Amino acid sequence: MDRLSRLLEAALFAASRPVTLDELRRLDPEASEGELRAALTALRLRYDEGGHGIELAELADGWQVLTRPELADALAQAQLVDRPRRLSTAAMETLALIAYRQPVGRSEIEEVRGVAADGVLRLLQDRGLVAVVGRGEGLGRPLLYGTTPLFLELLGLKSLQDLPRVDELAVALTPLAPESIEGA
Amino acid sequence: MTFATPPTDDRAFVVQLAEFSGPLDLLLTLIRDQEIDITDIPIARIADQFVAAIHQLGLNQAADYLEMAARLLRIKVQMLLPRRFDDEAWEDPRAELVRRLLEYEQIREIVGWLVDRATLRADRFARGWAPEAPERPAAPLVLDLASLLHAVDDVLRGMPQPMLHRVVARPLDVEGATRRIEGLLAERERFDLREAFGEAPTIADVISTLLAILELARLGRVHLAQQSPFSPVDVNRGPVEQAA
Repeated sequence: MDRLSRLLEAALFAASRPVTLDELRRLDPEASEGELRAALTALRLRYDEGGHGIELAELADGWQVLTRPELADALAQAQLVDRPRRLSTAAMETLALIAYRQPVGRSEIEEVRGVAADGVLRLLQDRGLVAVVGRGEGLGRPLLYGTTPLFLELLGLKSLQDLPRVDELAVALTPLAPESIEGA
Repeated sequence: MTFATPPTDDRAFVVQLAEFSGPLDLLLTLIRDQEIDITDIPIARIADQFVAAIHQLGLNQAADYLEMAARLLRIKVQMLLPRRFDDEAWEDPRAELVRRLLEYEQIREIVGWLVDRATLRADRFARGWAPEAPERPAAPLVLDLASLLHAVDDVLRGMPQPMLHRVVARPLDVEGATRRIEGLLAERERFDLREAFGEAPTIADVISTLLAILELARLGRVHLAQQSPFSPVDVNRGPVEQAA
């Protein structure tokens, strides 16, 4: 491997979260974005084709070294890893709503789900999956929520663009009417 | 969810509410499981089933469901109001409910997708997922009277005159014992606790030594280790920085 690939491998190995391209660029300011991407792709192929236990994944606007899924059961059985706790249906519904309508206020979430949302919102904030991203213009300037990079990381998404588009869903409906956004 | 009776008997259409994330979830399940056309909901029947279902709920939990029940009953009444056949201005009172149900169904579909993704991702571990090694609980000290007496006997055997009942005029000499232990420590890095008792110890010597060793251990000047109950107690200088 050339020096840039070795640097990238070292940085990705040491990082405990996805590392963005901008951060990786600091390793070698002279490398162009094309060179960086080429080196990352080469590294990924190296892991994929070399029979490694890890892979290079592109997620949450960055790159991360992850263990291979086929090894998951063995690792979990040996108690060397912890699977993240699953979220309740109520929490997933709230998360789905926030992901699609962010920034979104509590009252709109409650309106769509038909149940109070404060407990679930607190849980999602505690888990670091959603955060307050601003305040609405409406009465009382309600808090508006959005998803965090951790949300993308835990779903293995590159960005919010990876979410299925609303018109691709079986239940076709366009809920993103401007008036439905809180305080807008 | 489970049905207690076949869904032909509308009033006994029993569902387990704990499994629903809210009134829309329940309502949508009632509709979908009976394969009802969502744009033409038989509102009277569904409202009755809904009300029957929420009878199982405690009041606190039921607030959100009661609101929906009220909404359904209102729509039911609106549907009963007479209207002329050619009334073009008539708005289906169910329209808003249908919109909400479809909207909710879409959320359900997205949740399904998100859960699939999260499951796939959960099989790939990033650095830092290794859980802390669980702290081993201290081995429970299982003693019986015989072994305890045996241990006492072991200590007494080292004394020429194991007189337990005699009132000893001489007070405990903790300072002397401390000096004796420090002397041993200066010579050697580790020794057996019994060596610290001195030659031909009396009960007072043993107790003095024990008090001295506990005090020194509290001050961090010695470290004590014992492999198992009643095994010899190892007295040592402890970590290097202490001895330096």
